[in-house]
Amino acid sequence: MRNITKAFPGILANDNISFDLRKGEVHALLGENGAGKTTLMNILFGIYKPDGGEILIEGDRVSISSPHNALKRGIGMVQQHFTVVPSFTVAENVVLGLKDMGFFVNTKSVESSIKNLGESYGLPVNPKARVWTLSVGEKQRIEILKLLYTGAKVIILDEPTAVLTPQETEVLFRAIRKLVSEGSSVIFISHKLDEVLQISDRVTVLRGGRFVGTEERSSIDRRSLVRMMVGRDVLLDFEKSTKEPGTTVLEVEDLTVKNDKNLEAVKSLSLNIRSGEILGIAGVAGNGQRELAEAIYGLRKPVHGTIRLNSKTLRHTDVAQRIRAGVAFVPQDRRALATCPSLSITENMFMKNAHTKYIPQSPFNVDFRAMQKATERLVSEYSISTPSTKTQARFLSGGNLQKLVLARELSTKPTVIIAEHPTRGLDVGAMEFVYKSLLAHKDRGAAILLLAGELYEIFRLSDRVAVMYEGQIMGYTPPDPKYTEEIGFMMAGSKQEEIA
Amino acid sequence: MKLRIEKRLAVPRYSSILVPILSVAAALLLMGIILLIFFYGRLGTLSLAFKETFEAYKEMLTWPFANRYGIFSTLMRMVPLAFVGLGLSFAYRMKIWNIGGEGQLYMGALAATWGALYLFKDVTSPVLMILLISVLGAAAGGIWALIPALMKAFAKTDEIVVTLMLNYVAIFWVDYLVYGPWKDPKGYGFPGTAPFPQQARFPTLFGGEFHIGFFLAVVLAFILFYVYRRTRWGMNSRIVGDNAQAARYSGISIIKYTIIALVVSGAIAGLGGAVQMMGVQHRLQHGFSPGYGYTAIIVAWLAKLNPIAILLVAFLFGGLLVGNDQLQMFYKLPMALISVFQGLVLFSLLGGEAIAKYRLRVSREEAVTNE
Amino acid sequence: MNNIESFILSTLSATVRAGTPLLFAVLGTIFTERSGVMNLGLEGLMLVGAIGGFVASYQTSNLLLAILVAMLAGAVLGLVHAFFTVTLRVNQIVSGLAITMLGTGLSGLWGRDYIGVIAKRFQPIRIPVLSDIPYLGQILFSHDLLVYISFLLVPVMWFFIYKTRPGLTLRAVGESPDAADAKGINVFAVRYIYTILGGSITAIGGAYLSLAYNSMWIENMTAGRGWIAIALVLFATWDPVKALIGAYLFGGITALGLRLQAVGAHVSPDFLKMLPYLLTIVVLFFTSTDTLKRKVGAPTSLGVPYSREERT
Repeated sequence: MRNITKAFPGILANDNISFDLRKGEVHALLGENGAGKTTLMNILFGIYKPDGGEILIEGDRVSISSPHNALKRGIGMVQQHFTVVPSFTVAENVVLGLKDMGFFVNTKSVESSIKNLGESYGLPVNPKARVWTLSVGEKQRIEILKLLYTGAKVIILDEPTAVLTPQETEVLFRAIRKLVSEGSSVIFISHKLDEVLQISDRVTVLRGGRFVGTEERSSIDRRSLVRMMVGRDVLLDFEKSTKEPGTTVLEVEDLTVKNDKNLEAVKSLSLNIRSGEILGIAGVAGNGQRELAEAIYGLRKPVHGTIRLNSKTLRHTDVAQRIRAGVAFVPQDRRALATCPSLSITENMFMKNAHTKYIPQSPFNVDFRAMQKATERLVSEYSISTPSTKTQARFLSGGNLQKLVLARELSTKPTVIIAEHPTRGLDVGAMEFVYKSLLAHKDRGAAILLLAGELYEIFRLSDRVAVMYEGQIMGYTPPDPKYTEEIGFMMAGSKQEEIA
Repeated sequence: MKLRIEKRLAVPRYSSILVPILSVAAALLLMGIILLIFFYGRLGTLSLAFKETFEAYKEMLTWPFANRYGIFSTLMRMVPLAFVGLGLSFAYRMKIWNIGGEGQLYMGALAATWGALYLFKDVTSPVLMILLISVLGAAAGGIWALIPALMKAFAKTDEIVVTLMLNYVAIFWVDYLVYGPWKDPKGYGFPGTAPFPQQARFPTLFGGEFHIGFFLAVVLAFILFYVYRRTRWGMNSRIVGDNAQAARYSGISIIKYTIIALVVSGAIAGLGGAVQMMGVQHRLQHGFSPGYGYTAIIVAWLAKLNPIAILLVAFLFGGLLVGNDQLQMFYKLPMALISVFQGLVLFSLLGGEAIAKYRLRVSREEAVTNE
Repeated sequence: MNNIESFILSTLSATVRAGTPLLFAVLGTIFTERSGVMNLGLEGLMLVGAIGGFVASYQTSNLLLAILVAMLAGAVLGLVHAFFTVTLRVNQIVSGLAITMLGTGLSGLWGRDYIGVIAKRFQPIRIPVLSDIPYLGQILFSHDLLVYISFLLVPVMWFFIYKTRPGLTLRAVGESPDAADAKGINVFAVRYIYTILGGSITAIGGAYLSLAYNSMWIENMTAGRGWIAIALVLFATWDPVKALIGAYLFGGITALGLRLQAVGAHVSPDFLKMLPYLLTIVVLFFTSTDTLKRKVGAPTSLGVPYSREERT
């Protein structure tokens, strides 16, 4: 790809970027969130057309007009959001859209060839299974197999390890190496330095839409990569106060919660968090963390169990009660759950005001002016970049939206904070801000439940680390990186006592 | 070069007003063409057809507004459209699609008749009578909407079909009463109930054509405007309508809001039915509503659920209906043609809205916020 | 045969006839809605089918041509709906209502000259062997060609939707347009095709009314069947076999009502008219409390316009 430029209204996503891929290599595309990696690959995969520049395949100029076109040329992409039809079987998903299959679906032969394909790459799947029953890791395997089935030679993986356990990541890496040894090429988009160092042959770094450099694996190290990514040495370590936590604020006892598929996602789980303490829950996404957070916040009704706040039992689906008692929730899926896209920033900021009473209001005469002033104050305090407080929330970038949610939740000085992947989608500066805020609230005496996927984040912030697997807590460790392997085993299902 | 249709990032202010006007203009143009074809078929020569079309056109557009009788007819048509439209807007704000305006209107009329002729027939004071009947009508409409409300709140049943079905049930119920137990013995076979007593009729102004229901509609519009803009209900219902999940997250009870939305929406429509009885009909008859409940859906949608705009749009549509009546009566145009007109108007409006929201772009893509 | 027996048999036979227009409408709309497009314009579609077929039959006395014309009429209206909902992405409810108005009006206009006129109609056809089966022969096999076509359409559609590749594509577009798009399927084209196809099949239901059931043209002769069909699509959870059950269930109510009246039973005609609608509500209630609906049910993208850019 040469001199690729792509602009969207208000953002120059790709500015004159050049990138090349050799046959049989694993080439990592590294950069912070918003650096332009996904956009560049979307161009390669035919989702976007570049404003400037050209793409050459084996020396010939090509124009990739659509994903279909890209697939025909042997380029396939596994995106962060899976595009599978949940109610179809694996086989049906793979077969969907293939042109040379004939009128009738020959299930038997398709199923057996999928099975064989999966086994040969170490990505076993059951072709008869319906996709909605599968785990995220298995869904990802289907995505990859779909591409292999159509004969893709260039495979783009967009942040594939975000949803995998360390062990599953190993399986994926083995599969990648096998693919590459047979002549395919893999582009590996990531913002995780360690993995990039582990798997790639070459690394290209993007920053702010611009091309920074391409290096061979042998000539780089962690520090140099960080410098390329961020432009400066960033110290992501800072002091955590070691104040003694106070009394128990949040108690969860014997909690069982079902997920959307009516299976138990949280099984008889108990935990406590004290005032001034951050409990970090490590675990691969999909092991019940979301259901746990939702149940504690009152969005999901548990099958049984008790949740107590300062010794007062909380009624199961009474969100209003919790808001009044000072429970704040920063959910992972902020667009879907915590914000209203067509409403203004002010309205989003004070969505919960009826219960938080941050600005006292009468129900019959809502004082928008007061809300607006307060919003302006919070916008500047949290550095939310927006043209005005009247702008609709949908126009905020992911990072700014997250800051909006944080501003709203933290400004009420809550007693309990449930934070689910709070720094997802944020750039380094914003991440620092979030860490500092959470730690400040911890000092203030809040009890914080942190659910995060990145171990380094959990280590940095937590006072205690718990590992969750299939709805249960496997064990607790101190927040020290030397426990990583133990945590990895727990994340994959071993109970703490079993680990040698 | 490829042509693509893509969404605008922000809808410019002026287009909210300009586009509906342009769409209506386009619709009128289409109607004119159809009229032309029709008259050509009837009269035989193009020049005669042109002349007739022009006359009919002029009549249809100006008569409802240009003379006293016309204006009053328009205003009187406006009232039920406004009531139902306002009622529907209450639910539509939360994306609850109450299609049952017609049925709720009928139920309000039914209840009003029951009150005027039976339940309250011994009440002598007009003020008290009107008040009682209004409350009864609103209650009937509200109860009628309670059925889909409960079904939606607790069983997540789709309200579109339930409210639609209930329309027919209401209409047939009225038929049953009108042809059966409530039939006016002195009616000489005319399908209707006995007339309302004097105290159950609205006082009129300007020589009898204009009843005070108009003012009720206006007052209601302003009340709703205030409620939507400056009360907690207004803000919370906006949240529910924009993102129901976020509303739950904010501690808003979706069940409570769903039920209230539908019931109030039905109650306002029911009130409209009672008003129609007290102000215009003075007796319950088969088919007294020429589809007000359905036209009101369009009125509400066109006015973008803004109560003041609903008044305006209801007025314009009232004029359209009156104009259509004129065409039917004096130019002997069939009802079906009117139906075609309404369909065309609707499509023009839809097309106009699409143009406002989207634009034709040449080979470029749209922004996606990166995460 | 004694009286009760013949009463039951004739009612059941009438059930099939009464259910047939509904069946066509529901089957057609299943195609449309499975691709993710909601269509409330069934009354209009059926009416243009009815008048189109009737006029063609009157002018040419060729019944095959009549059906084709009816299908064409339905296809045209379907195309209009598709254009507005798929390309312009407008509110599908309003577009459907507009189709109803347009279809009702156009059919009324077109049909003005054909009121009270007689055209060639479909006659019942005897099938050797099958028509002679006791009881079943009278109920199922003493009808006209269109009814038999509707019988066949059910298994054909079932097979098509669930067992063929284009059926897979259709289901994917309705349930997960993102996934379909990523596979190179042209979501817009698929929706256009099935909205048009669905419209033309629905129109056959209307033609059945004017060419067989009532054998004449009456303005607004669908009398609300289109609305019932909309509800029946939900009742059938978009499955052709359940559509059959639903259509005949409601056909049965109509047939029973008419017959009860004919034998002098004291049932108010207005109440009978209400019955299908009330029953629909009851059925809908029980269908929606069925939690299986999540997995078995609505094409997830129903009613939502698709746009590649808005994919998050």
